[in-house]
Amino acid sequence: MNLNCDLAIIGAGPAGLSVALEARKNGIENILILERDRYLGGILPQCIHNGFGLHYFREELTGPEYADRFISQIMWNHIEVKTETMVIKITPEKEIIALNPKDGLLNIRPRAIALAMGCRERTREAIRIPGSRPAGIFSAGTAQRYINIEGYIPGRKIVILGSGDIGMIMARRFALEGAKVKMVLEIMPYTTGLIRNKVQCLDDFNIPLRFNYTIVRIEGEKRVEKVVISRVDKNLIAIPNTEEIILCDTILFSVGLIPENELSLEMGIQLSPVTGGAIVNENRETGIKGIFACGNVLHVHDLVDFVSEEGEIVGRAVSKYLNQKTKYRSHTINLVPSNPISYVIPQHIDYIDSERKKIKLFMRVQKPIEKANIIFQDEKRNTIISYTKKMLTPGEMISLYLPEKLIQKDIKILNISIKEVNQE
Amino acid sequence: MKARVKNIICIRCPRGCKVAIKSKNNKIQSITGNACPLGIEYAREEFIDPKRILPTTVKVINGELPLVPVKTEKGIPKDLLFEAMKEIAELEVKAPVKIGQVIIKNLIGTGVRLIATRNINRSN
Repeated sequence: MNLNCDLAIIGAGPAGLSVALEARKNGIENILILERDRYLGGILPQCIHNGFGLHYFREELTGPEYADRFISQIMWNHIEVKTETMVIKITPEKEIIALNPKDGLLNIRPRAIALAMGCRERTREAIRIPGSRPAGIFSAGTAQRYINIEGYIPGRKIVILGSGDIGMIMARRFALEGAKVKMVLEIMPYTTGLIRNKVQCLDDFNIPLRFNYTIVRIEGEKRVEKVVISRVDKNLIAIPNTEEIILCDTILFSVGLIPENELSLEMGIQLSPVTGGAIVNENRETGIKGIFACGNVLHVHDLVDFVSEEGEIVGRAVSKYLNQKTKYRSHTINLVPSNPISYVIPQHIDYIDSERKKIKLFMRVQKPIEKANIIFQDEKRNTIISYTKKMLTPGEMISLYLPEKLIQKDIKILNISIKEVNQE
Repeated sequence: MKARVKNIICIRCPRGCKVAIKSKNNKIQSITGNACPLGIEYAREEFIDPKRILPTTVKVINGELPLVPVKTEKGIPKDLLFEAMKEIAELEVKAPVKIGQVIIKNLIGTGVRLIATRNINRSN
């Protein structure tokens, strides 16, 4: 089956849905969303906890409710979605090859593409924990799906490795369902998730969180029987003679997320080694013109609210691209972050746009910093703008606006650095 | 006369403000450290009667999925979470379930409603 459309969106999670709605708002009629699952909403339907939407909707919603706000709008706007549809290849010429049980092989030729494939979890194998390979080892998200969607509990005595948000939220979920969560281990000296989740998921249920700890071995015949845990040193290496044996039947891994970029790589899009996502300009446009990326496939977000916002950036950008309203600057501006900023999105600014007043930037730091100035300087180290922030942590993405009028025409580099403000 | 300072972390939004509650004889004297009015509200409630929204699932009969996600419409006392879970575990609802549908009008006598947070269609 051959299809043409103005915009094809890969993935119907929060990023993809938001692209579709914003593109439609900006006059793009012929939109097609391709989704491999049976339902829309991506991971949100299994995130049944509250805490979503405080930025975007100014009210607190659960994951399924947040998703429903977008899904009902998609239906209302009659935006076409093909579910159970797996994209197997995208060419740099924007030809999409996909499969589904109804249409068989699909050959889609869109004028623009938005990549919104999201991310997947790192596994035990990805972090190389030795030991036997019994049943009872899950990624936190898999356990979440079992409990919240399929309806069964994957274990009774739980140890969780990693204090990411999903790990802590699953600790509470298991505790509420009557399982014993023995402890959460975190290799770093700080939690990698949001502080509020430590409070309401661990502290509320008296679940111990041990910093600078990891699992060094998993033991068990058919099912997990115990784990050996150990304290780690500054270099995250296990310290001898600090080993302890913890009896358990289940281990959850909440050890980070990886943008799912196989399709992007195959079509030759350049990825950032830091984010694992595409290198993009301020329109979230990849190295291939007319192919955009947003949400967790671009960089892993901690709040879905920012994913939706990023989707909107792409929705508007696609409309400008298709209506040929984009105008290049004389020079590209490269955004260069320095330590302890691990990355900035976008990596470069390509266009002149008289309509926009500001450019949305997302960035992340490598270590927690209390009270700091985020400073933007040109290549001659003249400060353009500076922002004071009370608390920066690796678990919380920083979102900033760069005013358009501050960007000089001839500027080629924007250096972004952090200066700690001394506390009295 | 007992003066006390209770340090809590506000959980009303992802910002996680460190809030200090100064009290005397179990009466709040001052609340500091919050970035917005939600922090005052949270701190006051956390001092007098800590409450939490309870998100969980309820069994669905004849649904396209075996469970529907639910939540308490407002926070319920933190100490009653497990008791609430026991009552919810006994429940079954018939598909179709509509988002926002009231599953229980008065959860374990708290006066708080339990509502569905997702549409679940009937299975074909």
